[in-house]
Amino acid sequence: MKLKLYVGTRKGLFTVERTAMDEWRIEHPPAFLGEPVTMFLQDPRNGDRYAALNLGHFGVKLFRAASGGEEWREIAVPAYPVDTDGEGPSLLQIWELVPGGPAQPDRLWAGTIPGGLFRSDDRGDSWTLVESLWQRPEREFWFGGGYEAAGIHSICVHPGDSDRLSLAISCGGIWESDDGGANWQQTGKGLRAAFLPPEQAYEPVSQDPHRMVRCAAKPERLWVQHHNGIFRSDDGGRTFTEIEDVQPSVFGFAVAVHPHDPDIAWFVPGIKDQYRVPVDGRLVVTRTRDGGSSFEAIYEGLPDAPAYDLVYRHGLDVDASGDVLAFGSTTGGLWVSEDQGDSWRCLSAHLPPINLVRFTG
Amino acid sequence: MATLAFTRHLDRYLDCPPQTVEAGTVADALALALEANPRLAGYLLDDQRRLRRNVAIFVDGRQIRDRRHLSDALDADSKIYVLQALSGG
Repeated sequence: MKLKLYVGTRKGLFTVERTAMDEWRIEHPPAFLGEPVTMFLQDPRNGDRYAALNLGHFGVKLFRAASGGEEWREIAVPAYPVDTDGEGPSLLQIWELVPGGPAQPDRLWAGTIPGGLFRSDDRGDSWTLVESLWQRPEREFWFGGGYEAAGIHSICVHPGDSDRLSLAISCGGIWESDDGGANWQQTGKGLRAAFLPPEQAYEPVSQDPHRMVRCAAKPERLWVQHHNGIFRSDDGGRTFTEIEDVQPSVFGFAVAVHPHDPDIAWFVPGIKDQYRVPVDGRLVVTRTRDGGSSFEAIYEGLPDAPAYDLVYRHGLDVDASGDVLAFGSTTGGLWVSEDQGDSWRCLSAHLPPINLVRFTG
Repeated sequence: MATLAFTRHLDRYLDCPPQTVEAGTVADALALALEANPRLAGYLLDDQRRLRRNVAIFVDGRQIRDRRHLSDALDADSKIYVLQALSGG
């Protein structure tokens, strides 16, 4: 099967196909032309594809295309229960969508803004709010990071135990369940938020992990690109080690981990807090090959300054081989690498703002 | 009978042609339309069944006053338009 890259943008879902080594073709016009695509999933268990849209005027929608088919059909969207006084929350965005484990072939998990985790056991035909997390008293202390409300943007299912889930929340820290979502515990000891008052800096519930990924081959290894920097866990997210002094910056949104080698991870950094642009206006990818002991800053194939591309949480991905990577920017630039990030090639500098990139095949 | 028409922008997503309804309030008129077309509810109302913030309803050329409960009264031949608020980008 040819390698495909799906690119979710402010104006639709583009499909990019690798037609041969170093040859890529962007198909256009995109699916859902004109609509913001906030999440995409191709379920590796059955090939079904899902696209989450945020229509703005008319709310959040979810579409599914059956494996091999081109027809997108609207399906149910996660919905918050109706409050008796009608003042309750409403879905603002689907920010994460992942398949359940091999033992749960029809299960999907959705992370949303304003902070609800939803489960489907029928391929998205219906959804249930996971009340066990929603009702945790600590949720009072969650707050929005870049959006008006907190959101779940990273859901990592343990590949060897479908009932073990780890979530990352902006801003609500990291949470774990080992019983399929029936019970939850706050984890993430060691995460540090320098922007908080000193006595709050290590408070787990106050952390803003921008993105969390799990190594498929070594599931206890998690990488987090946090608001405050880069963190690594070797115990499934219970504790983290901060990695400092990464040049040119430890700030960013996206992280990808090699699926077979837990020590290899990639980041696309920027200047922190109010700026959120590449350092010195020069786009760069940073990579570690030794678990974070050292990093390389890779510029090969990336544009010279001025290049003010910012890469969001889901804007970086690595394929199943670990050799091919892609990232897309909020200014519509799309780059690929076929050598584990040694060098990059721009496929387009003129796409709509990119929310996410996802490899399939 | 009052008439109820929807922005043509909705045609991209679902079938909702203009229709006639016998109703005393905007809420009643909308309830009849949504009963016949349940998918339409997700486009006009949020999870709490509130009118979406960027959806506007006009009755006989005037924007409704009660966005929360849609209690604005209709005349027998009122014309109701459900529109999207304009935004950029």
